[in-house]
This record gives sequence, structure tokens and C-alpha cells, in this order.
Amino acid sequence: MTNAWTDIKNTDLVVIMGGNAAEAHPCGFKWVTEAKANRGAKLIVVDPRYTRSASVADFYAPIRQGTDIAFLLGLINYCILNDKIQWDYAKAYTNISYLVKDGFAYKDGLFTGYDPVKRDYDKSTWDYQVGPDGYVLADETLQHPRCVWNLLKEHVSIYTPEMVERICGTPKEKFLKVASMIAETSSKTKTMTSMYALGWTQHSKGSQNIRTMAMLQLLLGNIGVRGGGMNALRGHSNIQGLTDIGLMSNLIPGYLNLATDKEKDFATYMSTRGFKPLRPTQMSYWQNYKKFFVSFQKAMFGDAAKPENDFAYDYLPKLDVPSYDMLRMFELMHNGKINGYICQGFNPLLAAPNRKKLTEAFSKLKFMVTMDPLETETSRFWENHGEHNDVDTASIQTEVYQLPTTCFAEEEGALVNSGRWLQWHWAGGSPPGEAKHDTWIMAQIFLRMKKLYQAEGGAFPDPIMNLTWNYHDANEPEPEELAKELNGYAVADVKDPADATKTLVAAGKQLSGFGQLQDDGSTACGCWIYSGCFTEAGNIMAKRDNSDPEDVGLFPKWAFSWPANRRILYNRASADITGKAWDPSRKIIEWDGAKWAGYDVPDIAPTAKPDVVGPFIMNPEGTARLFARGTMREGPFPVHYEPFEAPIKNVIAPGIRGNPVVRVFKDDAEQFGNSDEFPLAATSYRLTEHFHYWTKHNRVNAALQPEFFVEISYELADEKGVKAGDWVRVWSKRGSIKAKAVVTRRIRPLICDGKKVHVVGIPLHWGFTGAARKGFGPNTLTPFVGDANSDTPEFKAWLVNLEKTDGPAVS
Amino acid sequence: MQISRRGFIKVAGVGVAVTTVGAFGFGEAEAAVVAHVRPFKLANTMETRNTCPYCSVACGIIMYSKGDLKKGDATITHIEGDADHPTNRGTLCPKGAALKDFIHSETRLKYPMVRKPGSNKFERVSWDTALDRIARLMKDDRDKNFVAKNADGVTVNRWTSTGMLAASATTNETAWLTYKVARSLGLLGFDNQARV
Ligand code: SF4
Repeated sequence: MTNAWTDIKNTDLVVIMGGNAAEAHPCGFKWVTEAKANRGAKLIVVDPRYTRSASVADFYAPIRQGTDIAFLLGLINYCILNDKIQWDYAKAYTNISYLVKDGFAYKDGLFTGYDPVKRDYDKSTWDYQVGPDGYVLADETLQHPRCVWNLLKEHVSIYTPEMVERICGTPKEKFLKVASMIAETSSKTKTMTSMYALGWTQHSKGSQNIRTMAMLQLLLGNIGVRGGGMNALRGHSNIQGLTDIGLMSNLIPGYLNLATDKEKDFATYMSTRGFKPLRPTQMSYWQNYKKFFVSFQKAMFGDAAKPENDFAYDYLPKLDVPSYDMLRMFELMHNGKINGYICQGFNPLLAAPNRKKLTEAFSKLKFMVTMDPLETETSRFWENHGEHNDVDTASIQTEVYQLPTTCFAEEEGALVNSGRWLQWHWAGGSPPGEAKHDTWIMAQIFLRMKKLYQAEGGAFPDPIMNLTWNYHDANEPEPEELAKELNGYAVADVKDPADATKTLVAAGKQLSGFGQLQDDGSTACGCWIYSGCFTEAGNIMAKRDNSDPEDVGLFPKWAFSWPANRRILYNRASADITGKAWDPSRKIIEWDGAKWAGYDVPDIAPTAKPDVVGPFIMNPEGTARLFARGTMREGPFPVHYEPFEAPIKNVIAPGIRGNPVVRVFKDDAEQFGNSDEFPLAATSYRLTEHFHYWTKHNRVNAALQPEFFVEISYELADEKGVKAGDWVRVWSKRGSIKAKAVVTRRIRPLICDGKKVHVVGIPLHWGFTGAARKGFGPNTLTPFVGDANSDTPEFKAWLVNLEKTDGPAVS
Repeated sequence: MQISRRGFIKVAGVGVAVTTVGAFGFGEAEAAVVAHVRPFKLANTMETRNTCPYCSVACGIIMYSKGDLKKGDATITHIEGDADHPTNRGTLCPKGAALKDFIHSETRLKYPMVRKPGSNKFERVSWDTALDRIARLMKDDRDKNFVAKNADGVTVNRWTSTGMLAASATTNETAWLTYKVARSLGLLGFDNQARV
């Protein structure tokens, strides 16, 4: 989230699209209710199903899953044609006036530079025109044919209300009603918040779904303001934290990147980072990249990271492919290339796509280790459970270790909520049996391996031998010790750059924020964006002062919000070019003539003059990007692409299947189904009583929604001769499941490109362990393909068929 | 961040009651009755602040437990929403409201287990045996398949024949330690639920 849950109360319009907050985030959704009740805010829901959120919406519009980009580009087109743009904001704070290189063009679903064999682009034309001074050329009058504004206008012009109806199945008048409500928030004193979740991410173009809404929000002037923003509701309790700390194939904590094979040394690695400003007088925050990286290496490897060895640059692995993401790993495993796999609190047998492929892949492992407080299907993938896990146990040669861990109630530490708050929690119960903390288990595995390397030697032991391990009990590092490493500390005295006789931070002291980080090795910091969370003043994440001055909804003294305890990202953009709030009733910070001050920590240098430094300091332009340059794999502007399994052809580019730059493995491509064989459009979701595959171990939740079902319309039920409560079989090219049918008016057929499209809803929760009845999950059916930028699997739009069947034999 | 409600009640509740009984001139018999009145159920519990581990609304909760955490016999007997928490203000959804049953679920894991190749069952194993074996398996695989240099002679120091999925319901501190271990070994096949 750019904003916080509690800030949603400040909005005028909530758009829930790509999520279902009332069902999946009920206590956060309360802030929508608050905005509706107290300031007359309106709620719009756009979803294939009439969801729990839709049931309390002011307006609901249906949409076919996987067509959000067409809908959103349609909204942008509407705002452009009706002059509903927050012009002062868009001109000053976005790249709307920048000139784009002459070679760049778009035609029939593709941009300049496409290579169909590589499924990738040569992106050299996807950039700005730059003058001899190194700065971007711009035309403030927006007349130049190559300026972003004119290219964008042209690009979105095909997404007319009629085209939106044709692709999305949203009746034109419903689309226009949504468009007119949203367009009103282009006013300086009206704002809109976008609330989305996996309904947007789990697509082969999930990143572009989100980017398209972000573009709309920028044109409306709704980013950086109270009650506005792009608000990812997020799933697991610490999915934000795990991403912040870089537990992804290609990340270093704080959104730095691992080196690739092309970056043979540190100098090469740094040469493409630390961006120089692209506008005169602009500041570019990534110019501090070296400070963050060197401090990270010091936190990892201590004295072994020194200037003479480029701060142990070679201690980290380099990537020969963009990432060894989960899908690539399972593909490699399926090909017999992976020997060992550790699943810590993760149940991929139900959470990753194409379950049959997963079972085959796991069966090829030499060893698997699971760490979990609960039974998981993954740790028992080798166990036969009839039709619910039909495996040949004896033939599976995998050695499996199932290690019991503590749960939240038995451990201490911080979790990061969707609003980026690091909240500390404490242990209240003792672990059952011999269950252990994850920290103890990880320490044990590490220390035992280290001992083996000490005794036997082996492949490149240096990073193992030199990993910082200054914990007072080496066997079980304490949460506070680890938190202090994340915050950062001075390794040597940090001198004041203005006056070398002064010491800013004495050696051994905790840093007070990332502003103190150095690139000479005198500071260590595990995750620069967390710096400030555990200072000499103590554990800031444990602060529980719930005061909220003037009821603005920011709660600045509650816990710690990264970065720098800032509650609203890009908050400099809440004020105009002179530093005055666009909407005085929604002020966050303002320029007082000498500095920025207000309710929140300014997202800009406190003394940066408002008309000199742009608000988006993480971009070297200082502005936000309507034109993404080369940062997105599909192109600088979003394009409507169908899901890989779609009920109709892509009407704007009939020759293109799915997203043209998505990585597709050969076997998986052969397992894509077509609409003649699989005419029904399926989607997956979660119920409010359930949390993924976790609450089925809990009798209360298992009983509240006891049985696996699929949800279909009356119209489809009639066509298939199915009555409510009948058993149905649902199958895709990859598998088949049985379920009871829930026949409902919450789903209606849509007319897309003249064709009637039925939607089938498939909830997730069930498996073969726990207190709930056995059941199937959507992943038996879903395709093994992910988003082009994030590799998140396409769980929200694929094809199935359905027929009436007999239930299981009743004894 | 633990408040012993027992201690609090002793001072402010029962203690006051006894004093008041005495002050009003009642005799010892009545005081004895007061001392035997069954105390409020939560009076003997410890309160601990936590947050709901399910979704990232991260509702504040208060856990009530009996027993002694230091001795390893603290049992959670009740969980409710934390009314002081700014996000949820005491409310919980059907998941958060049933959290106690997760902690005490019958399928909570209690002992390390091993499933041997081809076997149809899990068998108990000691922590030492399990961890020594895991360390051995990992080291052997790493030593065998570690890539120090690529075909062009560039130092790449990666280990891709073993992978790991980390848990996005663990704490930042667990995540950081996990990160340190995984990257120092050269692991690249490393992800968490954010990928899904
Ligand atoms: S109680 Fe419900 S809404 Fe609150 S954090 Fe838990 S799962 Fe989310």
C-alpha cells in the first residue's frame, strides 16, 4: 500500500477491482464503511462475481476475468476525451510532457523491437529524447507529436466504451457510469483509492493490471494524497516483510538486485545503478545505491567485506537467468535437475499451479525438508489419499523431513502489514511437544553445515565461514539481535561529512536512519528501508501510542512504518508546485517557506524547494511515469492481452495468444486448452472463513464452510442439467476435480465479442490433511504460466469444462 | 509487554474487597467467603499482545494464557481483538476470532519426522539425527553441484540444484536469518509466497 488501512477513511471514492476486501480483508474493509458513513464516500466494485464487497457497493459492474487492462485503458480514454485530468498535477508530477524517441511505435498489439523467438523486445527505442546536456527534452505545451501525452492519447483511443463492452462483457452503460464516477476525482478536492489484491496479480499480465490503474490515478492526481493511492491489500501477514527483506530469487533486502553473470565485477554492477538525475535540479534517491549495498554486505560478512575485495562482491551468487522463481524451479525439478528442496511454512503442492506436474516434480527430489507448525499436503505428497492424492507411494524415493515449528503465539518479532507498518509482537504460549522456532532450525542447519565445511572443506566455503554470527547464543539468535542488524549500526565511527572533527555515530551504536549509511564500510545495515526501526532509543516497532493528532488517520507513533516512519508514500505530491496542499482539508505536509512540515515525515529532503525538486525521487526524472520506458517487459504502455486460456480471441490482436513476452515452458504450452474443448471461463478465490490451506486444520473454520464447491450461474446450470447441490465434475487440460454445485445469481453469463461466456468460480481451501473434509483445489486445473514481470501464476483466468456426475460412493 | 491480570486484581480487586469488608466492620467469616468466591476466569491469566497471523490487515489481538512461559508450560486459553489497536479497534473476522483453535489444532506438529524413500509412513526422529542428516544432504549436494565460474570464466558462485521456499507468515527476524543462511550458501532458487 502507498497509504494505510486507517487512511481509507479519508477517501471520496473506493474502487475495488482485482480484490474482494469485504470477504478477504474484513477488518480492513471497515475503513471503507467508515468513509461511506462519515464522508459520504462511494464504493464501486468491478468483478466477474457479485461479491460480498459488491453487495455493499454503490455501484457494481461485471467484467470478464483477465480483461482489466481493457477496462482501465477505457477509463483513461474516457478521462482524456472528457478532459477529466488533474492538469496541474499531471503536468508537474508526471512525464506527460517528455519527448519519446522517434523509433518507438505500437502496432497490432506489439511495440517496436519484438522478437517472436525470444519472446522478448529490443527496448532501445522505449526511451526519452535526451538533449546534449544529458537532460530529457520536454514540451510543456503538450503540442509536440512525440510527447507522452500525444502518444498516450493515441494508444488508448481504441479502448472505446463499445470496445470495452466487446472485450470485457461489461454493458456499455455500466462502464460509462463507472467512468463518470471515477472521472469526478480529477478534481483537486476529490480523491479515489484503488484497493486490489490477487485478483489483479494472478494473471499473465498482473503487473500491467496494477500499472494501468496507477497511470489512471496519476492522471487524476490521486497518488501521494490522503484517501488516495494504490493499495495492495496483500495476502499473508508478512508477505510485505519477506519481500522487503528480499526473500525472492533475484533480490537483496530493500529492493536491491543480485548481480547477473554480465556484471563480472563490482564496478560493472554499479555502472548501471545509482542513476543520475534526468532533469536539472532533480535529486535521484538511487544515487545512494552504493551506500545501501555496501552496508548490506557489511551486515552479511562483517570484516570479510572490505574495500580490497570490493566488499565481498563475489560472496553473493550471480544469476544466469532473470530469476530462479518458483515456477522455473518446479520446471527444473520436473526435468530431474533439482535434488533438494526446503519448504518453510509453504504448501506448494496446493499453492502452485498444475498439481500433477508438482507431484511428479517432488517425486524426483532426493530430499525434501518441510518446516511448519501444521501438517501440509506438501510434506505428505507421497501418501496415497485415494482420488484426493492418487500416488504410487512405494515408487517415490524422496527422503522427507518434516520439522515442527512454533506458531505466531509462541514467538516474538515483527510482521509488516499491508500499510508498511512493522508491528512487534510477543510470545504468550509455549510450543507443543518438541516444536522449535524457525530461527533455531535455520541456525542449526547453518552451524552444522559450517562445522562440516570446517572439518572437510568443500565448495567455496568463504561466505559460510564469514557470515556474521555475533549472537550471544549462537544456537538461537534472538529476535531483538536480528532486528538490530536489520536496522543497522556503525561499524566504525561515522564522521560528519561537513566537519571531520565531529562524529555522527560512534562505533557500535545503532543508526537512527538510512541517512547515516556510508559506502566506505563504516556502517552495516541488513535492510536500508527498515533503518530507524530499532535505534539507540530502543525498539520503535514495539511503540503502542495510538494517538492520531487531528484525526488524520496516520497514527505516527504506532509501531514503525518504512521508510523513515513515513505513513503515506510520495506525500510531497499532496501539495502543489508552490507547496500548498491541493485540498486544504486533506493536508499532509506543506512548504512553510523554509522547509516541509505537517502530519507525516516528508517524502522529499525537508529543505528541497517545492518548485525545484520533483516529488518522485526514486525516479531520476523526479516525476512519475505514464510512459514506463524499459521498466516493463511488455512495453511502455499497457496493452490488452487475453489470458493464455481465453474463451475468445484477442479482438485487438487476433494473432497473439496470451501475453507475448511471458516465458512459457514447452511442456506447459502443450497443455494449454482451447475454448472449443473448454468453453467455460474459470476463476479462483478465497472465502472469508478461510485462510488458504491453513484454517482447514482449525475445527471452527472447517465447520463454518465445510465442503468444497464450485459456483455457477442458473443459466449454466440449466444448460448442463445441474441443480443446486448436485455433484459436478470440472476438468481442464491438466486435471479433473469433483465438487458440489452452488447455483447462484451472483454469477451471470457475459456477452464477449458476441459470444456468451459462462464463468465458473472455484474456491480454495481444501486438501487431504486437517480437520476439514477432503476436497480439491483450483491448482489441479490451473495452467503452469506466470506474469511476464513477476512470474506470479495465472490463477484467476483459465478454461474448464463441466458436467453433472455422481458423488463419491456413500458407505 | 505482559501484564499479569492476576497481580492487578490482587491489588485493585480482591485486595480492595477485603479492605472494604474490613472497613465496613464485617467479621472474619464474611472475609473468608469473599476469599473463596470463584474469581473471574481471566483473572488468573497473563495477557500478551500479538497480531493476527493470517491476512496483512494485521489486526491487533490479546492472548490470555495460563502457566509460565519461562518454564515452558504456558497455554493460551483465550484470544480476543485488541481494542487499542488503530486498524481493527478490537474487531476480528471469522478467522481471527477462531485463532485459539489453530494454536491447539490436532494437526499441530510436535516432533521431527522422517519419511524414508519408498516408505508409506512418517517415523519419529530426534532433532539431532534429522538436522545432521539434512546438513549432510545439503553439503553433499552443494559440493557436487556448486558453480564457481561460468563458461566465460566469470565468478558466479551459485548453487541451483537445491531450492527453498520461505514463509511469508514468519517474522522479519526469521526472514533475515533465513536470508543470511540461504544466500551465504549461494542459493538462487529461493522465493516466498509473494511469488504467488
Ligand atoms: S482477524 Fe481477519 S481481517 Fe484481521 S488480520 Fe486476521 S484474517 Fe485479517
